[in-house]
Amino acid sequence: MKIVVLIKQVPDTAEERRLDPGTGRVDRQANDPVIDEITERALELALSVKDKDKSTEVAVLAMGPEETSKAIRKALSMGADSGIHILDPALAGADITLTAAALAAALKGAQADLIIAGNESTDGRAGIVPAMVAEHLGLPLLGALASAAIGAGTVSGERLNDAGTQRVSAPLPAMLTVTESFEEARFPNFKGIMGAKRKPVTTLSASGLGIATEPLSTVIDLEQRPPRTAGRKIIDEGDAAAQLVDFLVTQRLI
Amino acid sequence: MFDLTEDQLAIVHMVAGFAAENIAPHAIEWDQNHHFPVDVLAQAGELGMGGIYVREESGGSGMSRLDAALIFEELAKADPTIAAYISIHNMVAWMIDKFGNDEQRTTWLPGLCSMETLASYALTEPGVGSDAAALSTRAVLDGDHYVLNGTKQFISGAGSSGVYVVMARTADTGSAGISAFIVPDGTQGLSFGALERKMGWNAQPTRQVVFENMRIPAANRLGEEGSGFGIAMKGLNGGRVNIGACSLGGGQAALDKSVAYLKERSAFGAPLIGQQALLFQIADMQTELEAARTMVWRAADALERSTKDTVRLCAMAKLVATDAGFNAANTALQLHGGYGYLSEYGIEKIVRDLRVHQILEGSNEIMRLIIGRIAVDG
Ligand SMILES: Cc1cc2nc3c(=O)[nH]c(=O)nc-3n(C[C@H](O)[C@H](O)[C@H](O)COP(=O)(O)OP(=O)(O)OC[C@H]3O[C@@H](n4cnc5c(N)ncnc54)[C@H](O)[C@@H]3O)c2cc1C
Repeated sequence: MKIVVLIKQVPDTAEERRLDPGTGRVDRQANDPVIDEITERALELALSVKDKDKSTEVAVLAMGPEETSKAIRKALSMGADSGIHILDPALAGADITLTAAALAAALKGAQADLIIAGNESTDGRAGIVPAMVAEHLGLPLLGALASAAIGAGTVSGERLNDAGTQRVSAPLPAMLTVTESFEEARFPNFKGIMGAKRKPVTTLSASGLGIATEPLSTVIDLEQRPPRTAGRKIIDEGDAAAQLVDFLVTQRLI
Repeated sequence: MFDLTEDQLAIVHMVAGFAAENIAPHAIEWDQNHHFPVDVLAQAGELGMGGIYVREESGGSGMSRLDAALIFEELAKADPTIAAYISIHNMVAWMIDKFGNDEQRTTWLPGLCSMETLASYALTEPGVGSDAAALSTRAVLDGDHYVLNGTKQFISGAGSSGVYVVMARTADTGSAGISAFIVPDGTQGLSFGALERKMGWNAQPTRQVVFENMRIPAANRLGEEGSGFGIAMKGLNGGRVNIGACSLGGGQAALDKSVAYLKERSAFGAPLIGQQALLFQIADMQTELEAARTMVWRAADALERSTKDTVRLCAMAKLVATDAGFNAANTALQLHGGYGYLSEYGIEKIVRDLRVHQILEGSNEIMRLIIGRIAVDG
């Protein structure tokens, strides 16, 4: 089986992240770039399939600037077999439609039985890219799963929502996205780290993929989040509970 | 020359992540409960930390001595005691890889590299420490077995380890009459003393190891008869660089905690970091640690390339780094005031743990003896 995992390099969530007011984009200089934790979990799922069946081939696909090669290298050190890097300055600031088109174009050549992604990223976030990719490729999407069972010809899983648990399944080839309920990623071992640079990474440009580079959407305006103001203090003079309920109701929190 | 490669940065990053997640949060508790976390050691083994500089064809990670020093420094930032135990384990695994035959390598190294089996190094005796060549544990050949009698003192990991590399006397010819033996746990005639109560290093056991008419196959002799002292000393060259790296990690952690603390703690109406007297102490700690780090890296490189001055540089690195690490930790305790003296802040533990690094793997007096003799006699 061949599994392709979509990984995204994002600014480290351990530090405060910011948008660049000039470009309207995430300021990627402000934080250390890391693999988005949710896509690390996606990779972990793929690697756990490989643990059980060594013939499984795991590739990672990432779109991003030059430094994204570090995220790909990390994924290779963890155990992925190969990488695909969509690297093109013309794609800087690509919106979700363009990103999805680029990823889908790269996946067309990859012949994956299964594509795994995170359900949403921790930086610029819409949570829609995997669905758009699946649409481009005409594949069934099992989105936002809480658990998954990957078989030889089918994939199934469970999704939690307000109403209960949905059991979903699809024949392969298919795409699935994972949530935080999946296992945290493993640490790469020393052999993996030392061997990562010998693994193949293919670099693809927009023209190589045969896609346009014009985003379909533009950011019109953005504002910094206002600084936090001091909260309201309720002092209990016998009616604190009632005041608290009032507050929650007026804020539509209950 | 002093820049780490991309691989080394990735290694440091991984080890730091592993240690921060699996070791640091438990270090104080393990110290207080005298808990030896063999499960965490097995996890470290899975990542390749059981045979860091054991060759790949023997099942090790095949990395350099500098890589090892970087790894031990990162581990020690989380807990010097665990880092130091892993360093001893690696020393033994390397000795078997380097001086063992194929059969010994295939028998012992897979378990040691994965750290499913732990290793101890048994040289010191109740009556001899620094003057190790005077050891008196005896091994007498009897057919195709050796019979060992004697007692080893202060053995790290004893009672938990699966493999002991034991230096014993096979002839009365001083250091030339010592041989090394691989002794598996469970051998009849092998027993252990009570857990020693100690100032630090509480998260790893220290015990006597006792041999009473213990028979082991002659095939368990490591190297030739009479080569044991050389094997023990060659192991210690690397051990010294590694224990130096462990001191750097502990010292650096204490320094980093001090910087954070002085920024946050106010006295006389301002953060303490504004006191130049204290800032200068930070500067001295940082400088001493960095100087020692340079020395450790240089010694690691000499060891890697087996240069002529390896012994001298390893002794210097051990001396400088274990002193710098302890001094940094002790200064950090002072900078934390009364809180430094409380267990909760983790500083007093680093002081206690790093203190023994100045004593073992050849005391710092013995390091001076080695360095001085080479300086004088060439
Ligand atoms: C916690 C702990 C763990 C240990 N783990 C191990 C282990 O796993 N395996 C093992 O084999 N050993 C181990 N040791 C033993 C350690 O290596 C010895 O304690 C050390 O070598 C010193 O020997 P000694 O204690 O006999 O001191 P001694 O040799 O009796 O020395 C006493 C003092 O005299 C000084 N001194 C001795 N000779 C000279 C000289 N010629 N010139 C100047 N000063 C001198 C020493 O530096 C020291 O300060 C451990 C020790 C401790 C405390």
